[in-house]
Amino acid sequence: MFFAYFAGMLTVLSVLVVTRRNPVHSVLWMLVLFVHIAGLYLFLNAEFMAAIQIIVYAGAILVLFLFVIMLLDLKKDESVRKFQNQWFLGLVIGLIFMVVLVSTASKITVIPPLGEYSVDAIKSEGSMMTIGKILYTEYLLPFEIASLLLLVAIIGAVVLAKRRIE
Amino acid sequence: MDTGFSISLLDIRPIVPEITMVCAGLILLLLDLVVRKKEVVAFVGIVGAIVALYGTFKLYGLSEPQIAFSNMFILDGYANFFKLIFYLNVIMTIGISVKYMKVEKASYGEYYALLLFSTTGMMIMASAGDLIVLYLGLELMALSTYILAGLLRGQTRSNEAALKYFFLGAFSSAFLLYGIALTYGITGTTNISDIAVSLLTLDIVGNPVTMLGIIFIIVAFGFKIALIPFHMWAPDVYEGAPTSVTAFMSVGPKAAGFAVLGRVLFDAFGVMQVQWVSILIPLAVLTMAGGSIIALAQTNIKRMLAYSSIAHAGYMLLGIIAGTSIGLTSTVNYLMIYLFMNMGAFAIVIMMRREGFQGENIEDYMGLAKDHPLASALMLVFMFSLAGIPPTAGFIGKFYVFMAAIHEGYTYLAIIAVVFSAVSAFFYLRIVVYMYMKDPKESVTLTTSPSLSIVLAVTAMMVLILGIFPSILLNLVRYSILG
Repeated sequence: MFFAYFAGMLTVLSVLVVTRRNPVHSVLWMLVLFVHIAGLYLFLNAEFMAAIQIIVYAGAILVLFLFVIMLLDLKKDESVRKFQNQWFLGLVIGLIFMVVLVSTASKITVIPPLGEYSVDAIKSEGSMMTIGKILYTEYLLPFEIASLLLLVAIIGAVVLAKRRIE
Repeated sequence: MDTGFSISLLDIRPIVPEITMVCAGLILLLLDLVVRKKEVVAFVGIVGAIVALYGTFKLYGLSEPQIAFSNMFILDGYANFFKLIFYLNVIMTIGISVKYMKVEKASYGEYYALLLFSTTGMMIMASAGDLIVLYLGLELMALSTYILAGLLRGQTRSNEAALKYFFLGAFSSAFLLYGIALTYGITGTTNISDIAVSLLTLDIVGNPVTMLGIIFIIVAFGFKIALIPFHMWAPDVYEGAPTSVTAFMSVGPKAAGFAVLGRVLFDAFGVMQVQWVSILIPLAVLTMAGGSIIALAQTNIKRMLAYSSIAHAGYMLLGIIAGTSIGLTSTVNYLMIYLFMNMGAFAIVIMMRREGFQGENIEDYMGLAKDHPLASALMLVFMFSLAGIPPTAGFIGKFYVFMAAIHEGYTYLAIIAVVFSAVSAFFYLRIVVYMYMKDPKESVTLTTSPSLSIVLAVTAMMVLILGIFPSILLNLVRYSILG
């Protein structure tokens, strides 16, 4: 029941985010969307993820979004139609895609062996502790690569935005 | 709770080349602040890549495949050979870009750093032992390339290239993540060698979820190596990006895509070979056909080379389809040869560019042989090689890929490939005809630089040497992959 509510709301909210004409409205719908995703994490016993989702996405990233929208004067763009007449084609393809996914998902018959981090194991230690431990031991290499990725993103932003066009 | 896991300094050893590349990139960023001459920055970049190459060479002799960071990182002959391709790619790209970026008025130090970071991403992809590491390596490579494609901020088409590449790249990443998620959902692991075990123990080889996972992963890498029908971004991006970046990304990301495709399909989904081969065959046919036929209609040489690189991806795929280690060897062999001939062709394209003259139209090559016989002769060699005419290396590359396909009973695929190879000869040779048999419309001055000349000499020599003595390269590839 919970999952059905959250999944349904996520879909509706995503549609709202992309169809609103006023970008500020879009961003605010996105805020509601992020809160729902956090709810989904809670539902999966991942309270740390839920908290991070709210703090990082709803707290930091959305504020940045709003800043950008305020800095850019989007008044002109609001009057332009956002979509060309391809939405019908997109809808058909999306529906076909959904049918494929749903029919496949119903074929999940085997349950793979559970890992060592069962719900009880996480509960006994706290999800924050568990995530921290794994992140700095088993997943150390991916963690470091992710930091490199962020560095490249920063360099890119500086290179593309700082230079003056000649 | 004890995780039963420890990291020792020994884990660092296999990733020393990657660490070297990152450090070199960071040094370049700092150096850019103090050194005014960008040639120095470029030179230090080349030195960094060579030091990393030396590191890989040192690790190369270790016979056993090395595993580090709890199976996240694999260092074997296969990964090492791909790293060799990536090093050569980045070194030659830096060689051809020093003068060119000046002409384009985009001589930034960050350019060289991003090339190194992108190469690091490719190296991580080639060595990935876990789908998560693979994904992060891919993003590191792709993000750097998006930025590089948009480096010419003053040009609309460069902006368009970067945006298109970014959006479609993000789209393909979503497919990859979907595929990884489905695979993880059904097998319970993201580790490549564990997936192979799970497929057998859980008896899920024919399960639709596993199938869909493979399909999504193939689609995602189809984007990266520009297979038809996932190629739409390639011509626009190749045309809009700075030519040196086009040269870089027509080889690097493609090779990295093949490295990963080989690793994932052979090592993780090896038992499902029948299934993934049946997905790859139509893709290969479409790619060879589409790439060769659409290239006929191009008037811009960068677009033409884009479609040519699409067609070549189709030929390379035949080695993967063959599904044997011989097939994989022939694909890797082809990639190395493609690196030399493609880089050489782009070096000529870059020479044509000078201030106030794009030199990208095929008609600009009319009568080039009258004023510049040497450059035309080199272009002739590269075009012959791309078309696959003996005694150039391009012929050898195609020959072994086709042989591998025929050996596994895919004779009809080899026939199709030969037919489209013949079609493609038309547009390669058209350039040659323009250079040698037409009169020049206007005299063209070439922009040369010492580093560019070295790259041209090396690529032309390699194309000819590998064409006449193919066993040099082939033995190296065999030694790396088969041990």
